[in-house]
Amino acid sequence: MLSYTLRRIALTVPVLLGVATLVFALIHLVPGDPAEAMLGESAPAADLDELRSRLGLNRPLLVQYGEFLAGVVRGDLGTSFRYRTPVRQEIVQRLGPTAQLAFAAMAVAVIIAIPLGVLGALHRGRPIDQAAMGLSLIGIAMPNFWLGPVLAIVFSVDLGWLPKSGSGTPAHLVLPAVTLGAALAAILARMTRASLIDELRELYVLAARARGVSRGRAVVAHALRNSLIPVVTIIGLQLGAVLTGTIITETIFSWPGVGRLLIQAISFRDYPLVQGCILFIAVTYVTMNLVVDLMYGWLDPRIRYQ
Amino acid sequence: MTRRFGVLIVVGVALAAAIGPWLVPHDPVAQNLPLRLSGPSWQHPLGLDELGRDLLARMLAGARVSLLVGLSVVTISAAAGVLIGAVAGYVGGALDTLVGRLMDVLMAFPGILLAIALVAVLGPSLRNVVLALVTIGWVGYARLVRGQVLKVRELEYVQAARALGASMPRVVARHVIPATFSSVTVQATLGMAAAIIAEASLSFLGLGVQPPTPSWGTMLDAGRSHLFDAPHLTIVPGLAIAVLVVGFNFAGDALRDRLDPRAT
Repeated sequence: MLSYTLRRIALTVPVLLGVATLVFALIHLVPGDPAEAMLGESAPAADLDELRSRLGLNRPLLVQYGEFLAGVVRGDLGTSFRYRTPVRQEIVQRLGPTAQLAFAAMAVAVIIAIPLGVLGALHRGRPIDQAAMGLSLIGIAMPNFWLGPVLAIVFSVDLGWLPKSGSGTPAHLVLPAVTLGAALAAILARMTRASLIDELRELYVLAARARGVSRGRAVVAHALRNSLIPVVTIIGLQLGAVLTGTIITETIFSWPGVGRLLIQAISFRDYPLVQGCILFIAVTYVTMNLVVDLMYGWLDPRIRYQ
Repeated sequence: MTRRFGVLIVVGVALAAAIGPWLVPHDPVAQNLPLRLSGPSWQHPLGLDELGRDLLARMLAGARVSLLVGLSVVTISAAAGVLIGAVAGYVGGALDTLVGRLMDVLMAFPGILLAIALVAVLGPSLRNVVLALVTIGWVGYARLVRGQVLKVRELEYVQAARALGASMPRVVARHVIPATFSSVTVQATLGMAAAIIAEASLSFLGLGVQPPTPSWGTMLDAGRSHLFDAPHLTIVPGLAIAVLVVGFNFAGDALRDRLDPRAT
């Protein structure tokens, strides 16, 4: 297990270096002069020079790259142009709300998906199955930037049950979490259904029934438990979609997370903050994938020897 | 049945986009402020938007943008991905390792994050959206083709071509790439759905097509400010995106069944 862990971590290092290099390159892809793009064409030359030296743009490219990498290793992502505070501080402040939203969305997805998938599997081919799978198809097809406003129309504007946007109370979390979790719920419901149908055909389920175990117990305690293994895999694979989904969901509902910070930074041309947010989201994604892979290796020893 | 329905949706939307200006007599950018936000009527079947522009005319013009972006992204990504994947897989060695590392790095950015980053620095425009989506889009094709090439290059007919003295570019172009054609076609159809969603997402975030050019994503974004007084401005473009995306997904499945009977 130790050699598998070390091998898997060693494979991640060049990816992280590549990610950091791409993020470093971003500011140099700005057409023309990045300082001019940030301050405007009519900015005084002295201000432009000051910004260039603050961003380190007047130094040789290799020096800039070296300092950027050294900063990343230290956790120093530069200073925000707009807020004049360390980028790291801005991101850390919004980390909690983003994590809260992502976990709530995953919880919503699991709570909706598992019963829907089980219903589908137990009533395979019957109207209840078709309804459950039809619902999940709608969940997959609906982009979250549409579902969010539609949920707001129904539950905030028409019914007045939930707040339209903002944060502060658990009620504020409901619409963003459902918006972000719907697509994942749809995928998980299909996976649960397919996986449970396979498990229900296994002999051990029949044996349990022959021993007098009730149908409900055979399904829940025996088949469902095993059928959830691929479902957990899919949750791991969908982490990326959830992370990118937070960007749009936070923008729709004015949720004070890292995704909204990124979009605000883009609109203010706060390139250091844009770089910081992109790097943070990508590194989080790579790290989560690493953790998921290590967990598979731990759960399923066959993977370690591949 | 549902899969044929997908092809029907795609053909229907493409036709509507192509003959849109003849179907609706209104200019999609012409404003009629006194009638802004008015609901459906005989003259304006889907109503008018926040600047008094005909919503149906804008939907049809937006369909052109969606399909144009989808087609451009898929065509360029597929061409680049097939070429890079085929050459890397066939040549192997250091080139393959280098391409593999580059793909790993690009795939380390979840979803459209890298596209958001690129458009953020390059500036929002239709051209930059296509460029950003191609930058992440080619990887899927390259991985698919590389994997297939590793299998195909060991097949006897490819070995025979090599033994007969065919050059590397000829073997790749004549024997290796055609073998990957059916899976690339399926991937491209599903890629249309992904590109349409990605364009709409970027436009929704204000990073894609810029006003007054109509795009379903920008229309949705504009409609958000009128959830109370004109919810149809949000519902109509969102529904159109969802239907077209389902259409391409079904069409992709239908194509897979047709081209690869083993997959079903």
